[in-house]
Amino acid sequence: METVTAAIVGSGNIGTDLMYKLIRSELIDLRWMIGVDPASEGLARAAALGLEASAEGVDWLLRQPDRPDLVFEATSAYVHVRNAPRYEEAGIRAIDLTPAARGPYVIPPVNLHSHLDQPNVNMVTCGGQATIPMVYAVSRVVPVPYAEIVATVASASAGPGTRQNIDEFTRTTARAVEVLGGAERGKAIIVLNPAEPPLIMQDTIFCAVPTDADHDAIEASVEAVVAEVATYVPGYRLRQRPQFDPPAPRGPGYARVAVFIEVEGAGDYLPAYSGNLDIMTAAATKVGEEMARHLLAGRPVGTGPGEAR
Amino acid sequence: MTYSDQLDIRITDSSLRDGSHAQAHQFTEADVRAIVSALDAAGVPVIEVTHGDGLGGSSFNYGFSHTDERLLLKAAVEAAGRARIAALMLPGVGTKDDIRAIADLGVSVVRIATHCTEADISEQHFGLAREIGLETVGFLMMAHSQPPEVIAAQARIMVDAGCQCVYVVDSAGALVLEQTGDRVAAVLAEIGSQAQVGFHGHENLALGVANSIIAIRSGAVQIDACTRRFGAGAGNTPTEALVAVCDRLGIRTGVDTLAMFDVAEDVVLPIMEAEPTLSRLALIMGYAGVYSSFLRHAYRAAERYGVSGADILMECGRRRLVGGQEDQIIDIAASLAAAAPVGG
Repeated sequence: METVTAAIVGSGNIGTDLMYKLIRSELIDLRWMIGVDPASEGLARAAALGLEASAEGVDWLLRQPDRPDLVFEATSAYVHVRNAPRYEEAGIRAIDLTPAARGPYVIPPVNLHSHLDQPNVNMVTCGGQATIPMVYAVSRVVPVPYAEIVATVASASAGPGTRQNIDEFTRTTARAVEVLGGAERGKAIIVLNPAEPPLIMQDTIFCAVPTDADHDAIEASVEAVVAEVATYVPGYRLRQRPQFDPPAPRGPGYARVAVFIEVEGAGDYLPAYSGNLDIMTAAATKVGEEMARHLLAGRPVGTGPGEAR
Repeated sequence: MTYSDQLDIRITDSSLRDGSHAQAHQFTEADVRAIVSALDAAGVPVIEVTHGDGLGGSSFNYGFSHTDERLLLKAAVEAAGRARIAALMLPGVGTKDDIRAIADLGVSVVRIATHCTEADISEQHFGLAREIGLETVGFLMMAHSQPPEVIAAQARIMVDAGCQCVYVVDSAGALVLEQTGDRVAAVLAEIGSQAQVGFHGHENLALGVANSIIAIRSGAVQIDACTRRFGAGAGNTPTEALVAVCDRLGIRTGVDTLAMFDVAEDVVLPIMEAEPTLSRLALIMGYAGVYSSFLRHAYRAAERYGVSGADILMECGRRRLVGGQEDQIIDIAASLAAAAPVGG
């Protein structure tokens, strides 16, 4: 099968977990793993798997005679802001796993096919990948004036990036609840729980719905989207049937549906409890493969990777 | 060690923040004006006003506010004479935008709260607060759940980030006497004179005042209390009793004790929907180490799903839920209802 070539920039936990997913892909030929720390475990693992691993950063990657079709950015928002224009200049498509949000948001069940020609797409946040499909599942059935998501992750799975930029998480997720989830107004809350053994990522999605909403139709839509996410994140499941409540006697008068999700990771590199990280790498893989399909479809028949440009 | 030359300890009254839980977040501007004016006149030096779950807490998960908290804070700042107005924020719920907004409203103290193992999510918020001239307090919540050395190490993170007083926060009302003192002493040993130490107690095991006194004797110079115990769970350390006990012990609070008795009875009590009580569920929270603000949510879920509130709270303890996970109460209640024998 024809493939497109790809590099991962960022050899930390996310980049390393992503590597194990991408090497299984039949559409993506993962050839490079780029870091900045020669002692990085991710780089050592990449080299052992036969990838070209470099600790000399993006400068090294862009100096290579042969460049990737796709780059997966798993560094930080700060680094991606600097790298994004360089990728674009080099004609490399970027799938951004940081909260930098230089390109449009992509959540696979919502808009996988919308931005395949963009030079840069953004994977929102882990909480966004886990919860926005549920807001979308409700908002495609009834109008949702307000949606609120609560993401609880194990402390051990929240890295320094998340911790130093927790406001980025709440802001970016809330905004994507509106833009992609289809809620008029969005809110996001994140809670870290240090329990041992670590808990599996748990997400609750509250949507305001009309008082006469068709509960069966909403439940069917939720189940359908859960099944769709589970095709790329097998550990994505409902903990509970959706719970419907009439408007509270005191409050803004919203009837509501509450959807309870848990996300167990595939355990490729990161432990299974860190479903928050797994859903990010799994969704990025899904988007990468869709882009690969799109790029390959536009390529003249019989040309190998890289030769069509 | 004393708070200042004039005061041995500084009391922060949190009736209008922790009490927000007990009031289902229904405070009005009139409530705030009445309580702030009365506390201010009685000499209470700091008064906290916010949604119970901090800035931005108005939500499905925690309950919607009757009145936007920024309006409540504005009313508080206007009503206060000498007293400083404080607001609570939890990183993950509120953001730096909220901190900027309250500074513009004239709030002088921001209290930034994290679970007691997660202090590093607050660093940016302390940095900003100091930069814009706010006084800072750090809250290490659910302090019963970790040993003193962990609390001390987390306090260090907050102080290095710009926190001027780290509170040992007994969110579950689960700390018992020396357990409070040991945590306060460990924090003090770690941070020395770089910052102050505070204590925030709940009454779920009826130890609010006693724990506060032990905290003071262990070096705490800022203490939280709520008039008429107006707070989550069985409520908080009652301000009027705390100042009376401090008087008897010769601890200077700057608060007029007899005036506080009047505020409690004449001003705060009439505003309260119900007084927090040492009910069975509140006792379970203290005994099982459950976050106090889960109480009202557990009552509602027990009624909605026809299950036992005690069973819900015990399961919250078993799952080691932390503050902020109110959503899990619905999940637990629905699971208990699904597991119950039909017609049983």
